[in-house]
Amino acid sequence: MEEVVRFTVNGEAVSVRAGAGWNLLRVLREGLGLTGAKEGCGAGECGACTVLVDGAAVNACLFPAPEAEGRSVVTIEGLAAREEAGGVGRLHPIQQAFVDHGAVQCGFCTPGMVLSAKALLDRSPEPDEAEIRTALAGNICRCTGYTQILEAVRAAAQARREVPRG
Amino acid sequence: MADLCAVGKAIPKADAGEKVVGRSVYVHDLVLPGMLHGRILYSERVSARIVAVDTAEAEKVPGVRAVITAENTPEIRFGFLKDNTALKKGRVRQYRDEVAAVAATTPEAAAEALARIRVTYEDLPAVFDPEAALAEGAPRLHDADAKGKPVKDNRLRLPWKVEAGDVAAGEAASAFVAEGEYEAGWVTHCCMGTSGCVASFDTRDNLTVHSNTQIPSLAKNDFQEALKAMGVKGRVRVVNTAVGGGFGSKLDTYAYEYIAILLAHRTRKPVKIVFGREEEFVATSPRQPTRIRIRQGCDREGRLTFRDISMVLDNGAYTSWGATTPTVMMMPSTSLYRVPNVRFQATCVYTNNTYSQAMRGYGTPQVTFAIEANLDELAETAGIDPYELRLKNANQAGDVTPQGFRPVTCGHRECLEEVAKRLDWTAARARPRSTGRKARGVGMACLMHVGGGAKIYKSDGCGTMIKVDDQGRVDVFSGSMDIGQGLDTVLRQIVAETLGVPVDYVNVVVGDTDVCPWDVGVHASRSTFVAGNSALAAARTVRDQILSFAEEVLEAPKEILSLRDGQVVCSEDASKNTPLEKILRKAHFATSGNTMFLAAEFFEPATDLLAGDFKGNFSASYAWGCHGVEVEVDTETGHVEIVKYVAAHDVGKAINPMLLKGQIYGAGLMGVGYALTEEMIYEEGRLLNPNFRDYKILTAADTIPVEPVLVETDDPAGPFGAKGIGEPGLVPTAPAIANAIYHAVGVRLRTLPMKPERVLAALREKAGEP
Repeated sequence: MEEVVRFTVNGEAVSVRAGAGWNLLRVLREGLGLTGAKEGCGAGECGACTVLVDGAAVNACLFPAPEAEGRSVVTIEGLAAREEAGGVGRLHPIQQAFVDHGAVQCGFCTPGMVLSAKALLDRSPEPDEAEIRTALAGNICRCTGYTQILEAVRAAAQARREVPRG
Repeated sequence: MADLCAVGKAIPKADAGEKVVGRSVYVHDLVLPGMLHGRILYSERVSARIVAVDTAEAEKVPGVRAVITAENTPEIRFGFLKDNTALKKGRVRQYRDEVAAVAATTPEAAAEALARIRVTYEDLPAVFDPEAALAEGAPRLHDADAKGKPVKDNRLRLPWKVEAGDVAAGEAASAFVAEGEYEAGWVTHCCMGTSGCVASFDTRDNLTVHSNTQIPSLAKNDFQEALKAMGVKGRVRVVNTAVGGGFGSKLDTYAYEYIAILLAHRTRKPVKIVFGREEEFVATSPRQPTRIRIRQGCDREGRLTFRDISMVLDNGAYTSWGATTPTVMMMPSTSLYRVPNVRFQATCVYTNNTYSQAMRGYGTPQVTFAIEANLDELAETAGIDPYELRLKNANQAGDVTPQGFRPVTCGHRECLEEVAKRLDWTAARARPRSTGRKARGVGMACLMHVGGGAKIYKSDGCGTMIKVDDQGRVDVFSGSMDIGQGLDTVLRQIVAETLGVPVDYVNVVVGDTDVCPWDVGVHASRSTFVAGNSALAAARTVRDQILSFAEEVLEAPKEILSLRDGQVVCSEDASKNTPLEKILRKAHFATSGNTMFLAAEFFEPATDLLAGDFKGNFSASYAWGCHGVEVEVDTETGHVEIVKYVAAHDVGKAINPMLLKGQIYGAGLMGVGYALTEEMIYEEGRLLNPNFRDYKILTAADTIPVEPVLVETDDPAGPFGAKGIGEPGLVPTAPAIANAIYHAVGVRLRTLPMKPERVLAALREKAGEP
C-alpha cells in the first residue's frame, strides 16, 4: 500500500509518497530525483546504493521506505559544501581527494564509496589501514582495484586533520 | 623531447568532478517523456522445442502496452555469424534464450505481465561439453547456418590455425620438453553498471538508442541492419550515457538491444530495458572458457625450440566474440619469447552452455596461463632458473616474430629485470621451502600484447574533428569512447600539448554518432594509441591553420612560430610573441579568407588484417610486461595470500601516469580474482551463482599491494611515444601466481581459479593422502 514518508534529506525536510514495497533507494531515486545512489545488485551485496541514515552507512536497497520516517538521510548530492553567497559548492574533502588521486574511473560505485568513507571518517577520524579496508569492503569497485581509493581516503583523513572543521 | 606541459602529467580525470557528486547520467538514470519499461522472459529449459507461447493473459495486465514474441515480430539476426536472433522462434538452446518481452508503464506491470506468459516446451537432448559435442551422434545445436545451408555437426567452420617453421623438427632438436593441459572456466565482467539501453523512434521512424556500448559506430551499423530487417526506413543515432564499466562486455550488440528497438517501434514510445544483477550474470556473455594443450621445448642451453598449442573451445549455443579469441590468442602463442617453430590451432564447438564475449585480454589471459605456467615446468625439467630462461629467450626490438609481428620498441628485457630486482629474485628462489603451516614463494610471468591497435577488422582507424573558437577554447569530437578508462582526459592532454592551451580549455565530445566520426571501438587497448594519434593529427592540422594565419599577421615565417602557454611564440624574435586569443579574434573578425579553425583527420595504423595464414604485422606497436609475485600459502586452509606484487609494463610513454596506474591496479586485481577466486559455476547449462554473494569478486579488504613499474620505451608510432595499457595488467597474473605457489609448496595447479579447495586437494595429493 502506498504510504507517505516524512524525513530529512541533505538537511531539507521532505514528504514523499512511496509505493507499496518501496525501499529507500526507490524513494530517493524516483520519489526525489536523487539518482546519485545506484542500484548495482538490489540485494545489499555491492554497496552502490550506500547512503547515510543518521550518520550510518546503509544499503538503501535493503532499507524499507517506512523505516526512513523521522530519520536524517544524507546522499552524495548533499555532500558538497554550500557556498554562503551563492555560486558553486566546493567539493567535500573526500570528494576532492577521490578526484585528485585517480579514485574515479567509471564512477558507478563512487557515490556509495564516498559515503562509506564519510561514515568511517565521521566516527573514526584517524583510521588505520585495516579499518579503512573493512569500512569499504561492502562497496564493490570493478575498475580501480581499490588502491587509489584507499589513497584518497587516507589523504582525506589527513586533510580533515589539517583544516579546522567549519 | 622538449619540455611537455600537459602530456606526462597526472591530472584528474575530466569527468571525475561530475561523477563524485553523483551528477553523471548512466542509462539507469535516464528518463524520457512517456518512457515504458521493458522486461524479457527467458527460457525455462536449456534445450527444448517451443511448442506454444500464450501471451493472452499478459496482454490484459493494466499498464502493458506490448507483448512480443518471435511469432509477432520480424526476425532480426545478429552476431558475426548471424546465428542468433533477438527473440527465439521454435526452439531454445540455453537458459538465457529470449522467448518473449513486454513493455509496460511501470516496472511492476512489466513483471506482472512476464509472470502471466505461459510457455509450453518439449525437451530436447542437450550437450554441455565441447568434446562430447564433437562426438558422433551428439545433439545438434543448429541444423542450418544463417543462410539456410545445412550444417552436419556442431563444429564451427572457423579457420583458426597458424604455423611457422617446423614444429616436428623443433621438437626433435629439443633436449627438454614440457607438456600440459591448462583449464580456465567462465568468469564475467561484473561491471557495476548493468547492461541497458533506451530505444526511441521519432515520428519519421528514425531510431535513437541511448546506450553504454563500447562500439558506437559498429552498433549504429548493426541497428541500421535491424531496421532493414524490420522494413523500417529511418536512420539511426547511437548516443552514449555515462558507462558503468565495459571491460569488453559491450563490444557486441545483444538481443536485449534489438528487443528494446522492437518494443519501441511497436509502442511508439521510448522503451528502457535495464538488467538486474542476476539477469546480468545469467544473460550477458562471459569470458571464453578454455582447455588448452601445450607442448614446448628448449635445447640444452635453454633456448626455446618449439611451441605447439591446441584447444577445443566451448562456443555455447550462439556466436559472439568468444569465438574470435583464437585470433588474438595466436599472438602470445607464436610471439611471446623468441620461439622459431610454432603451431596454434583452435576448434570452436556449439554446446547448450552460455556463449562468450570479449573480455579484457581477449583470450590472452587464458593462453598466457598455459604458456607461462608450462614454461616454468620446462625450466624445472631443464634445470634452469625460470628468470634466466625467460631472459635468454626475451623478445627484442627489431625482431620479426614467426607470425610476422615487427616490434620497433620492446621493453621485455627491462620488465623482467625490474621484477627480478624488486623481488630480490635470486635470494628468494634460493630460500629452502618452508615446512611450517605457511609457506612463501616467488614466481613470475610475462605478457605480450598489442600496443598500437589491432587490425581485426578491415579498418582499425579512428576519426577526429577539432574546432578552435575565437576565445581559444577547443572542442574535440572523437569516434572513440570513454568507458571509465580516461580516454576523455588523455585526448585533452594530447590536444592541449599540441595547441599550447590549458588542459581546461579542451573539451572532448564522444559518444554521439550524429556528431562524432567513425571509430572501430574501444577494444584491444587501442584508444590512447589510435584515438590519440587521430586527435594529434587533427590538432596538428588546426595548429598549422592557425600558424598560417599568424604568419601573415606577425610577418614571420611559419617555421619559426609555435604555440605554447596560450601564446603564438616566435623563436627568433620574442617581441613578436602574441597571445593566441588575439590571433584567433583577428581571424574571427577578418572580412575575407579563412575565419574558422576546424580540422578533421582519420588515423589508420599501417598494419595488416590477418587472414588466411594469419601472418602479418597486425599492430603498429607491441607492449610487453612482467608480473612478479610473492605469495604465502596457508597449507591448512589452502588460502593464498599475496604478499608482494610487482607489475612492470612497457607503456611507451605514460601520457597520464595516474590514470595509467589506475589501469594497472584495476586490471591487476581483476587478474588476481581471475587467478584465485572468481568462477561462474554452471550445472547442465544453469548458472548456480548469479550474485555477488557466491561469485567471489574481490573487495577493498582484499586489495593487493601492486607496485607498478612503468618502462617507457618511447615508441615512434605512438602519440608522444605511448602504447596501450588497458588490458596488459591482467594477462600474466594467473601464471605468475601459479608459479609462485609452486615455488612455495611444490604443487602445480593447472585449473583456474586456484581456490583454496583446489590448493588443498593438490597438497594432499602431493603428500600421498587420499
